[in-house]
Amino acid sequence: MEIVRSQRRNGSDGSAGAASLPLYKSAPSLEVRLEEFERCAIDRLRVLKAISDGLSRGKKPEEMDNLVGELWRANMKHQDVDETLRKDIISHFALRLVYCREEEMRRWFLSMETTLFRYRFRLQNAEAQKSIMNELQLQYNVLSHAEYETLKDKLIQAARSVNSTSNPETVFYKVPFEDVPDLVAGRRVFLLKGFAFVPRNQVVSLVCTIFRSNISKALALTNRKWRATIHDQEKDRLAPIVEALGNSYLGPDYSQPRECAEISLKDINQLASSSFPLCMRHLFGKLKEDHHLKHGGRMQLGLFLKGVGLKLEDALAFWRAEFSQKVGAERFDKEYAYSIRHNYGKEGKRTDYTPYSCQKIIMSTPSTGDHHGCPFRHFSEENLRAALNKMGVGGRAMDDIMDKVRNRHYQLACTLTFEATHAASCETGINHPNQYFVESRKIFQSKILVRMLITIV
Amino acid sequence: MASIAACSSPGIVPKQEHGEDPMQIDSNAPEQRHINRVPEGLLLTDYLRIYYGKLFPYMDMFKWLSYGNADGKHPGCDSSYFGRREFSFTIKSDRDEIYLRFQSFSNASEMESAIKAKCPTKIDIGAVYTVDPAKRHAYAQSGFSPVERELIFDIDITDYDDVRYCCSGADICSDCWPLMTIAIKVIDTALREDFGFNHILWVFSGRRGVHCWVCDSRARRLSKEQRSAIADYFNVYKGGENSLKKVTFSGPLHPSLARAYTDVLKHYFEEKWISTQKLFEHEERFHKILQLIPDESVVSELAGKWQGSRLEHVNSVRWDQLKHMLQSGSKKTQGLRRCIEEIVFSYTYPRIDIQVTKGMNHLLKAPFCVHPGTGRVCVPIDPNNCEQFDPTSVPTLAQLLEELNANASIGTDNYMEKTSLGLSVNFFRTSFLEPLFKTCKEELESAYNTKIQQSKDSLNW
Repeated sequence: MEIVRSQRRNGSDGSAGAASLPLYKSAPSLEVRLEEFERCAIDRLRVLKAISDGLSRGKKPEEMDNLVGELWRANMKHQDVDETLRKDIISHFALRLVYCREEEMRRWFLSMETTLFRYRFRLQNAEAQKSIMNELQLQYNVLSHAEYETLKDKLIQAARSVNSTSNPETVFYKVPFEDVPDLVAGRRVFLLKGFAFVPRNQVVSLVCTIFRSNISKALALTNRKWRATIHDQEKDRLAPIVEALGNSYLGPDYSQPRECAEISLKDINQLASSSFPLCMRHLFGKLKEDHHLKHGGRMQLGLFLKGVGLKLEDALAFWRAEFSQKVGAERFDKEYAYSIRHNYGKEGKRTDYTPYSCQKIIMSTPSTGDHHGCPFRHFSEENLRAALNKMGVGGRAMDDIMDKVRNRHYQLACTLTFEATHAASCETGINHPNQYFVESRKIFQSKILVRMLITIV
Repeated sequence: MASIAACSSPGIVPKQEHGEDPMQIDSNAPEQRHINRVPEGLLLTDYLRIYYGKLFPYMDMFKWLSYGNADGKHPGCDSSYFGRREFSFTIKSDRDEIYLRFQSFSNASEMESAIKAKCPTKIDIGAVYTVDPAKRHAYAQSGFSPVERELIFDIDITDYDDVRYCCSGADICSDCWPLMTIAIKVIDTALREDFGFNHILWVFSGRRGVHCWVCDSRARRLSKEQRSAIADYFNVYKGGENSLKKVTFSGPLHPSLARAYTDVLKHYFEEKWISTQKLFEHEERFHKILQLIPDESVVSELAGKWQGSRLEHVNSVRWDQLKHMLQSGSKKTQGLRRCIEEIVFSYTYPRIDIQVTKGMNHLLKAPFCVHPGTGRVCVPIDPNNCEQFDPTSVPTLAQLLEELNANASIGTDNYMEKTSLGLSVNFFRTSFLEPLFKTCKEELESAYNTKIQQSKDSLNW
């Protein structure tokens, strides 16, 4: 309730048409019809999904700015400011309920909501931004003129290093570096003796850090409430809607192998060369070649294999067979077996880990010695061409794929690769390595297509 | 350094029952005093037993890791602090290697007797947890999680294998070791100047790298996300094995990188690295550099110029040609402007193992352990004089025990002082431990006073 009132006041102030931006601190007591609940949730999901796709295509900040603006206008905006606000709030809390239930879902929701908030915050005028900062109780010191003069050169240098094209900012907040991890990580601020000097145009980072941590705590709380009471109380009313929303829009959960049920160890080589997507094929090949993969690669391939249907015992045998050639069976059992059992939920927190989606793989940051990541994004053009060649892709298909890569449509590039190697179309598009595998098996299992493939290749 | 001919002095080193007496290996050749490796087999454990019995600095380690909380007299102390720290032992028997995680000790003497009894080939230090790690199962419900951990860095020279040509894998030499010196200088300066940390310990990892422990209370309390941010701040060399260009600058260098470049990297790359590694002498080596230039015409012009002819100072001459070409007015396009810096950073900027820094419960080998392969002690390195550090002259276990024997007659019970380990331990105490301890005491005092003040205030209300 409180939020609604304060935001309304902002809205009626008509402060240069600034859209009000709620902080979703507590669920308002509003009367909402079930249909409205569902419709709002779906509209917001469209926005979040599209943001997620945009990020995984590596869109630049300005492109994301435009994208989020359009999405918001198309799905959420209403002529009446109060109506927009009402929908904003209802849809957020509806999705919070939908996405509070699993760790993976919470992480996705948290990161998409924070991204949405980030863009919307930047669209606010200075006045509105300030009032949001006050509401979040962010009280930082603005750098005095004297201090600014002594640090001026460094501050400008730091701004220019990240291609800040706009006029040099002269208002800086001096904050402990711990408060702006994303700005530190991207080397986007000047640091001195433990303080980060945050230009006013980057203040959104401070706000987002707090926003994110508030929503994160709230999600954990909602999850507890869901389990304890809501799920039972709403068994016949809300719960089915919530569950359906989660399933239909997050895409299938590939943690449990489906359809092709199980694969056996003896088939794995053959499956790798026929039905693994390039990222997994590459990891698989490297593992066979080096008898070793670094952590990121072990996770990406290991969870994929689990999703494909490799049972724990077979997985252990598979990894041991390779690693023992490099580090010895003993060291494998001691240092690596644990993490494989861990992935299968047999150690530690005993969470059954889900295989990585394309989005997660594309956003990963492989480092020295790493082979994981998305080949379409992380390979140099030369290496990618060589890898595709090895899969039998060439000619026109190769050009089309490289074209998608240049435009940062990595998943589309992967989809084209699938189509080229399977001589079949893939209408849904590839958004998960395990989906690639399932689709590929479907095609190979229908014999006619196999024969077709042979005649074409 | 004592160099009296070794006399097997009774009482310190037990005579070996079989095989030669290892203490006599070098006795006739004092100029070759370094015994690089501990002899195979059983001997390592025997050597270690003496090392842990006479030399390992238990009290200093305890004083460090209790961060001022061991003084029971002060009411602000958290007496459970040291006992919530995870240690982990690697123990080697005849054929197996056993890994014991979640060991914990409530005080120095408990730690000392456990190490003496188990005689681990490696001791790792983990995080401080919510509860005693040995009892973690009992508290599984209420939550067993790390609460404090030094900010750590692990730099391993094998991560530079694509740019060093003198050695590869575990090998190091005086030509490539300076990469570690550079890493120490760059990171140490940034940790102090940018992040404001003061209590930083650098340690030789025993063979081919260095470890860094940042021990300020502010560093120990960083969250996982904040640690990740710091790791990324230093993570300039990116991209997996399949990307070509690993360093990309879209604008001028960030002040921290600019400082590293002008103070350390540029000079070192130009004066040393290009000549010791003969970067422009061999075709496959200079092609690797040319690959980093995103302009075909520049690349083909340079490659053509460098075909065949062998001149004097070829490395520095060609580097100058490359620089000139990239900086010359006609070629000075947007894309090429940062290319020289990108090349220098690709070859010399520190490459940290970011996973180690990001995690809160990552284990890291304790200082003063002995590397089982080289027999060398993991001694601290002085960041202010890191150029002088020579990994090949770090005392080995065998050497220490020999010194111990040689100086047995000197009438003191302080065994450490009789060996070259004494210097390292002294450095650890005076340069790291004492200032750290002083800060810890002050922080403890002020935290306690604030608490008292608060409780007074609440009474006054």
